[in-house]
Amino acid sequence: MIDILIKNLPILVVLCPLITSLFVVLIPNIFFSWVLTTLSTFLTFLFSILLYQEIQIKSHISYALGKWMPPIGIEYIIDRVAIIPIIIISGISFFATIFAYKIMPEEIEKKSISKVYSLWLLAIAGLLGLVTTGDTFNLFVFLEISSLASVALVAMGAQKDKQALVAAYNYLIIGAVGATLYVIGVGLLYGITGTLNMEDLTNRISDLNNNKALIAGFGFMIIGIMVKAAVFPLHIWLPRAYAYAPSAVSVLLAATATKASLYILARILFSVFENSEDLINNTLLYVILPLSIIAMFAGTIMAIYEKDIKRLLAHSSVAQIGYITLAFAIGTKASIAAGFIHMFNHAIIKGGLFIAITSLGFFIQKRVTINNLSGLGRAMPITFFCFVLCSLSLAGLPLTAGFISKLYLIKATISSDAIWIAILILISSALSVVYLWKMIEVMWIREGKKILIKEKPTIYISLIIITFFNIYFGLDASLVVNGSFEAAEKLIGDLK
Amino acid sequence: MISSTIGIWNYWIVFCLMMIGLFLVIGRKNFLKKIVGLTIFQTSVFLLYITFGKIKGGTPPILNESIESIYSNPLPHVLILTAIVVGVATTALGLSLVLKINTEYGSIEEDDISAQDLVDYHDDIETGKNVDLKFKQ
Repeated sequence: MIDILIKNLPILVVLCPLITSLFVVLIPNIFFSWVLTTLSTFLTFLFSILLYQEIQIKSHISYALGKWMPPIGIEYIIDRVAIIPIIIISGISFFATIFAYKIMPEEIEKKSISKVYSLWLLAIAGLLGLVTTGDTFNLFVFLEISSLASVALVAMGAQKDKQALVAAYNYLIIGAVGATLYVIGVGLLYGITGTLNMEDLTNRISDLNNNKALIAGFGFMIIGIMVKAAVFPLHIWLPRAYAYAPSAVSVLLAATATKASLYILARILFSVFENSEDLINNTLLYVILPLSIIAMFAGTIMAIYEKDIKRLLAHSSVAQIGYITLAFAIGTKASIAAGFIHMFNHAIIKGGLFIAITSLGFFIQKRVTINNLSGLGRAMPITFFCFVLCSLSLAGLPLTAGFISKLYLIKATISSDAIWIAILILISSALSVVYLWKMIEVMWIREGKKILIKEKPTIYISLIIITFFNIYFGLDASLVVNGSFEAAEKLIGDLK
Repeated sequence: MISSTIGIWNYWIVFCLMMIGLFLVIGRKNFLKKIVGLTIFQTSVFLLYITFGKIKGGTPPILNESIESIYSNPLPHVLILTAIVVGVATTALGLSLVLKINTEYGSIEEDDISAQDLVDYHDDIETGKNVDLKFKQ
């Protein structure tokens, strides 16, 4: 029994939320649909932890779907790289689901809540499928499952603010164009190699040096994924989608959605196309590196001038994605490891910040803007405390998770003789303190109504847990750091 | 020269459809027209895949003992079936969003909508009209 479970873990991680999403929609009761969703996300989290333990022994699991052997059949690959986004997505979605219980009925009318939970699980299943699959076309299907589900989730915010509809529409159009570009790339590669399996593709590409169709296919794939990962300047959909989505959805999407696509980006760059080195090196140096540096500054500066807090955090996400792609662009083992470290840390930081802001919004019953935050820090001490800790982590102060990722990123840039990039990273981090301080100042120092709000444990429990992770992984980061270095080694080997 | 141009006739069609679709998505301000563009864009990709799979004189891939026949590759067709389903889902979701936008805003022109949004944004955020807050206990 246990053997069968262990053997089928790679597919169970995806199937668990996918199948429960079909049942959740049938349950009219808010509480029970939430219980089922929580149970499902918890099981998924459990499965991914089991998978993590399994990966420590085996280091590479290949799962043939329906016993159709790869490269003919669809293959699911779990290795030391894929396990990082799997843990991030399943973990964060579990905490976000716990958090959603009180928040969800506030913003969405009661009769559609079970449908929202169904979409919620569908989005999670899509994201998990995205990272487990080893088949390029299957990846496209999961890409669309996750993005269509997230579009519908964002559109649910329309019951509070009609702008959510336009945000969802833009997200849909830009996302669909991105996914179609990705399919064109897959088609071109299939045309010249005759395979869709990623590992098989890697082997067959090695014979085709400088084939025009190969370069074009690579370009289409990368651009398609970069749209989904919201790499500057393809991030236009992101701030609005995060800002107008229902609060619980913002938490889920901000912490998980782009991480999956960033992982796919790394996989395509360093694993699928590992044999065409010139192509990859040129892409990293002339496309991804400059875009990442612009993203770091553009995102931060937009955040400084933004007054709507959820949008502010979304702009800051664009900058943080810039750090991750910058780490990939440098392309050494240490820097890719730093990218994965930051991917994990950013998920817990942004998850925490969005939960804190959403809790504030829950009590003031308005859009959270810089003007109506006055004095709220004193009114809601627990939430404010966690918010400050997560902010410090984002800015990268010592003893927080954010510090670890900045430390490794800067170490990696210095060791590859790119001091100027290290300096740019430091400047951009310093700028991020500006917008974080702006919020903290308003909440703590500016006079507001003298009132003490009774905070609800159901809301702040997941905030406290995520904040705890922020501190814990700042004090003892060995788990994340070792995992990321193993992942980087697996991705680019001992070559560099 | 001419034979090679006409020989890749299908790819020319794909190319034209792709550009028409992408232009409609980017250039048009009407939300409905954008979706039409998106559909054309996706259809061009379907044609691209089918063209890959076609072999001159190829038959459908049916097992036939008598003749050793050349057959077209069936896999692209199967992939495109999946892609068509995805495309239909995207279009359906897009159209329902447009419908909702029309009932909420009374327009599906991008300019009208962003003008309305700007007014809301200004009222809500810049002027700080909402500083008078009610707290939920």
